[in-house]
Amino acid sequence: MPETSVMARVETRAASDLRVKTRLFAVLTILSNVAGNSALTKGMQQLGGVGNSPLALIAALFHPWVALGVALLIVWTLTHMALLSWADLSYVMPVTALSYVVTAFAARLLLNEYISLERWIGIVLITAGVTLVGRTEGTTAS
Amino acid sequence: MKWVLVLLVICATTVGDVFRSLGMRQHGEIHDFRPGAIGSAFAMVARNSYVIVSTCAMAVSFFSFMKLVSIAPMSFAVPMSAACFIPETLLARALLKEAVDWRRWTGVCLILIGVFFVTK
Repeated sequence: MPETSVMARVETRAASDLRVKTRLFAVLTILSNVAGNSALTKGMQQLGGVGNSPLALIAALFHPWVALGVALLIVWTLTHMALLSWADLSYVMPVTALSYVVTAFAARLLLNEYISLERWIGIVLITAGVTLVGRTEGTTAS
Repeated sequence: MKWVLVLLVICATTVGDVFRSLGMRQHGEIHDFRPGAIGSAFAMVARNSYVIVSTCAMAVSFFSFMKLVSIAPMSFAVPMSAACFIPETLLARALLKEAVDWRRWTGVCLILIGVFFVTK
């Protein structure tokens, strides 16, 4: 078998592995972001108005839901950082916008919230946008 | 006040994401996901100056967003903060030298309109 053919196969395999790794980390990033933001929002709503001082914002971090939200957002930060160590920002940013769709479905399934026609339009548009970006190669910058 | 916070969230998120991307790219692809290896990779990354700037910018973005959602409805805060997709895509092309083709631009535009509808 010619050496170039073997090398081409190794490159194809490496590209395929990278694609799987990119998608897996994108899913982890989306899920940790949705769970983190939901917990944070619930905590902030329970707290009501927060004062203007940095101390008041720091004190809010000790509320259980806010603390859980922060912990999940730390997971989001780490997976997002790992993803950006090999994938393009202009790929990661739009693809992880799928979190808006996951949030809408989570609200429907967990909180029994109604999804209006406008929301369905938004879900379709975001999914179409993410699909379009998802069809591009995740890593283009050298 | 809320528009100042929107501007702060957009600018800080853009700076945070672009610098994070620069820092992580400088570090190189993370291959090893064993706990010890991840720990040492992030310990190394934590000393990267781009990542330090990114973390500070993300902290500003986080606290500004927290404040924004406490004074404005989510249906306003979320689509407004998603506007950072535009400067980030522009900078990804100009600064990070990424291949931003028509599919990525169209995708970003569809997502922005979609976010507006989803959070209405």
